[in-house]
Amino acid sequence: MKRGLEGPPPEERPTPAGRRNKQGIRIDPEVEATHEPRRTVISALVAHEPGVLSDVSGLFSRRQFNIESLTVGPTEDEDRARITIVVEEPDPGIDQVEKQLRKLVPVISVRELEPDAMRRELALVKVDAEDPAAVSAVADMYDATAVDSSPETATFEITGSRQKIEAAVDTFSQFGIREVSRTGLTAMARGTDQTAGADLTAQPADEANYSDATQPADDD
Amino acid sequence: MSERAAKVTPTDDEQTDEQITDSAAPDAATEPDSAAETESETTPEPVTTGAEAVVRALENAGVEYAFGVQGGAIMPVYDVLYDSDIRHVTMAHEQGAAHAADAYGIVSGEPGVCLATSGPGATNLVTGIADADMDSDPLLALTGQVPTEFVGNDAFQETDTTGVTTPVTKDNTFASDADHVGSDVTEAFALAREGRPGPTLVDLPKDVTNGETDREPDDPKTPDTYHVQERADSEIVAAAAERIENADRPVMLLGGGVIKGEASEACREFAIEHEIPVITTMPGLGAFPEDHELSLEMAGMHGTGYANMAITHCDTLIGIGTRFDDRLTGGIETFAPDAEVIHVDIDPAEISKNIHADYPLVGDAEIVVEQLADAVDESPAATKWRAQCQQWKSDYSMAYEAPEDKPVQPEFVVEALDEATSDRAIVTTGVGQHQMWAAQYWTYTEPRTWVSSHGLGTMGYGLPAAIGARLAADDDQEVVCVDGDGSFLMTLQGLSVAVRENLDITVAVLNNEYIGMVRQWQDAFFEGRHAASDYNWMPEFDKLAEAFGACGFRIDDYDDVAETIEEALAYDGPSVIDVHIDPDANVYPMVPSGGDNGQFALTEDQL
Repeated sequence: MKRGLEGPPPEERPTPAGRRNKQGIRIDPEVEATHEPRRTVISALVAHEPGVLSDVSGLFSRRQFNIESLTVGPTEDEDRARITIVVEEPDPGIDQVEKQLRKLVPVISVRELEPDAMRRELALVKVDAEDPAAVSAVADMYDATAVDSSPETATFEITGSRQKIEAAVDTFSQFGIREVSRTGLTAMARGTDQTAGADLTAQPADEANYSDATQPADDD
Repeated sequence: MSERAAKVTPTDDEQTDEQITDSAAPDAATEPDSAAETESETTPEPVTTGAEAVVRALENAGVEYAFGVQGGAIMPVYDVLYDSDIRHVTMAHEQGAAHAADAYGIVSGEPGVCLATSGPGATNLVTGIADADMDSDPLLALTGQVPTEFVGNDAFQETDTTGVTTPVTKDNTFASDADHVGSDVTEAFALAREGRPGPTLVDLPKDVTNGETDREPDDPKTPDTYHVQERADSEIVAAAAERIENADRPVMLLGGGVIKGEASEACREFAIEHEIPVITTMPGLGAFPEDHELSLEMAGMHGTGYANMAITHCDTLIGIGTRFDDRLTGGIETFAPDAEVIHVDIDPAEISKNIHADYPLVGDAEIVVEQLADAVDESPAATKWRAQCQQWKSDYSMAYEAPEDKPVQPEFVVEALDEATSDRAIVTTGVGQHQMWAAQYWTYTEPRTWVSSHGLGTMGYGLPAAIGARLAADDDQEVVCVDGDGSFLMTLQGLSVAVRENLDITVAVLNNEYIGMVRQWQDAFFEGRHAASDYNWMPEFDKLAEAFGACGFRIDDYDDVAETIEEALAYDGPSVIDVHIDPDANVYPMVPSGGDNGQFALTEDQL
């Protein structure tokens, strides 16, 4: 009968010099490490139907995408809702987030917003109001609006960027914070730039990749 | 043996059972009498209920077979199916229904349809649905659901089926009213096959299927929000073509998407025209004829040494319809590290998911390969490379030892089965060592002849898949299930279905009385501690087959192999060969999990 499997053992075989990083990108092992995560805002326009939010949130958990916040709300069109997601991922991860979102059938369009996009969040902050004048002075500094007060507490509504809310909460903390409730970030592109509209769907899926793609090819 | 075939007809028992047998549709293969019961061949009457709309949607889609199990919440649909020309195959377990439908989809290219009731019926389907999702097989699952007013109350046999199946379906829908339910089904069927295929599910509350409606299903179309890009960007095609022309060490890697996209022919022509060596993934088996000299067969964990050498050393990798799964790539860092990757896939999310694509080509595999064929003017000058590949082919030949004085070697059995059947024979498998031997030692030359569970790795897939494959295959295609003892035991209740339907399938159980792949890993990585992997408590499968009314055989020696296979294949109906193979046989070559493909081990001590 025939012989068994044969051929040079592993240590006698030639091996290529190249390597890829964890993201599957060819690298020069001397120079390149893996991509660093960055925080960005992704906006998705979706069909306003039951189950979309769980589709989207489930996608993030099962694919282990890091999200910081996820908000959803109606839009100018009653059949559509907008989901705004703050993610923290390296570039290839952000690319995957967009593509995987786009793949969900009820998702109409997806885009990563520019760094200059308008970003707002609302927070309700309930503080001890033993010194109403001081509390009110802090509220004024942050354009916070009183929405409720009692002999012991005052509750303010603060709207603004994430940093502003964090700063406000930090400042209010001197009075003693009872509760904070934040909405998470919502965002919109500036001017005529469209946040995530129906006409963006046709964006050729492969071009997005191609620009980064050409870089490793250059050093050949 | 022929008297066994006579027992095949449905009995009264089956009719009274809750698992009501299939409709009165004539079935020439089994019972001529039933033809008399058939009625109406007239133009379809307008629908009056949700259930009728569901079945009408299936009929309009050209569905010929449906696989399922009856139960409370799905009864309205079954009641309509009873009068339909769609042939319903009652399965013994819902998991089998999903696998049978999945295999039907693989072989026919059209979505297979499975049905189950709510609760346990639906959850039993889940394994099969998840399997179809991982392998991008077109599948439509219809599940009964408790009436809408009870949903959310933990009613009897209630499960949040759309919730449970969201992570494992391409899309799913909870049917909310009788007027739309027909269109829901039509849309789900279309969605299962369009673009990257996958499983879809429509959950059918009983009040919706019982509800009155005169709404016919809409014409088939996918949802407005679903887009498929068919042609790749021409600029990237041109750049990729230039890369191919200038390649020194090109390789084509054909995945399951080549077969699903009907691109085998185009890939074959392209490879031969430009003399590019071809590797397939496991789901890609059959995409390129393995008896062609350009074929390096399968790469990956248990791929051939020559495929793994070629994929490791190539400078241009043309991956088509593959998702670069970890069993193929091994460790990412060492996967084709010198190669510029041209990646053709219909799903943009696969591009650069695992392996960065230098040339991302999103589109239908056949169309994009034709685009590439038009763009490539000059074949790469790769004479030396091809010679190197041939050298590897002889260095790392897949020859095996089969000494007469030792127990039967599994490779020998797989080759004997291949020899005894035609080129178009269909192989189904379970998961484990037997699956790898079937992948390695059977020579695949035609697409849609390899039917296996790749991504999910579902033990028990083989027999129900053989049932579905048999019904989708042409009469002259043999259907052989190469199974393992552990896998076979998981779903062998399906034998009762194969007997009832008198399906001509041959199951070869490569019986090593182990859950063998686990035993192999225990020997290699767990100091030989055989925790829960010893399967010396198996039934005698040949006798069990006889008890089901199938034809049973047993092989213990080399002398029996050819003759017994011949006999089993000749038997017109389901047959089972219990092949007692060498219990110590292992699958090699092997790239350990996360390892370097080029460093595959040929024996355990090289691991």
